[in-house]
Amino acid sequence: MTWTVALDVAAAACLLTGALLALIAAIGVLRMPDLLSRMHAATKPQVLGTVLVVLGVGLGLRDPSTVALLALVVVLQMTTSVVSSHLIGRASFRAGQVRHDLLVVDELSEVLDHEEPRGAP
Amino acid sequence: MSPVTRTRRDGTSRPARHRAVQLPAVVVLTLVWLALWGSVAPLYVLGGVLVAVGTCLVFPLPPVDLAARVRPLLLLALLGRFLVDVVRASVQVSRVVLTRGHVRNAVVAVDLESSSDFVLTLVAAMLSLVPGSVVVEARRSTHTLYLHVLDVPDAEAAEAFRRSALELEQRVLAALPPRASEEVVA
Repeated sequence: MTWTVALDVAAAACLLTGALLALIAAIGVLRMPDLLSRMHAATKPQVLGTVLVVLGVGLGLRDPSTVALLALVVVLQMTTSVVSSHLIGRASFRAGQVRHDLLVVDELSEVLDHEEPRGAP
Repeated sequence: MSPVTRTRRDGTSRPARHRAVQLPAVVVLTLVWLALWGSVAPLYVLGGVLVAVGTCLVFPLPPVDLAARVRPLLLLALLGRFLVDVVRASVQVSRVVLTRGHVRNAVVAVDLESSSDFVLTLVAAMLSLVPGSVVVEARRSTHTLYLHVLDVPDAEAAEAFRRSALELEQRVLAALPPRASEEVVA
């Protein structure tokens, strides 16, 4: 087996695993019971899935000039998914979109109930 | 962010100004520009620096107070552990998604030791990507993170998660030790 074949196989494996994780993320968004649980499904398997797809593309292209661009995709994906999941979670909690029956421990509602509403955190 | 104030000669105070064009931001933006073009020819570098300076002038941001020192080996260990955790997070969430429709969760408050904004941001970002947690609320005043944790059967598991979050902060602090003055404040 030559190097190109080995790299192509690795690229295909990465692409397939990444696509599978994206599928699991989609199933998770459908199956999870409330918004915050869905955020877990939407952030984690999806981030790793994107990383694997990008890795697969990089292994398949084998072009040094695209490496920096692909790294940029991964970095931006990791930073933006964190911020968006935080903001959606924060807004949903304040808007009362929380299934309290699913929570074993809830240390935030206790705090929020006893404070004046204000804009900045 | 509490504004830093300067006192004028006549005794009144005004918010302190900071320079809009900061070297780290210019360097990072230039690197992004070069990554987008996929080339490091001199003309691209020049264009990147011009665009970066222009961006900093149009969207000025306060300077980020980074850690004073970097311990490379511990930073590598932190990154390695982080990558392992990202994979573990995906496996864990996939398992929950595929095998169980009904999960018990928890919202846990984690009081960070460090008073640095940079550490708070870094820990919050890393916790969002590692197993089972999404940051719901971050308090800058008390350095508290409120995390939504997936698949927590009882209060004991919530406590275990709190310990693991504080361990992550300790790893961050070990890799990027803050300045001595900040440790006194903390």
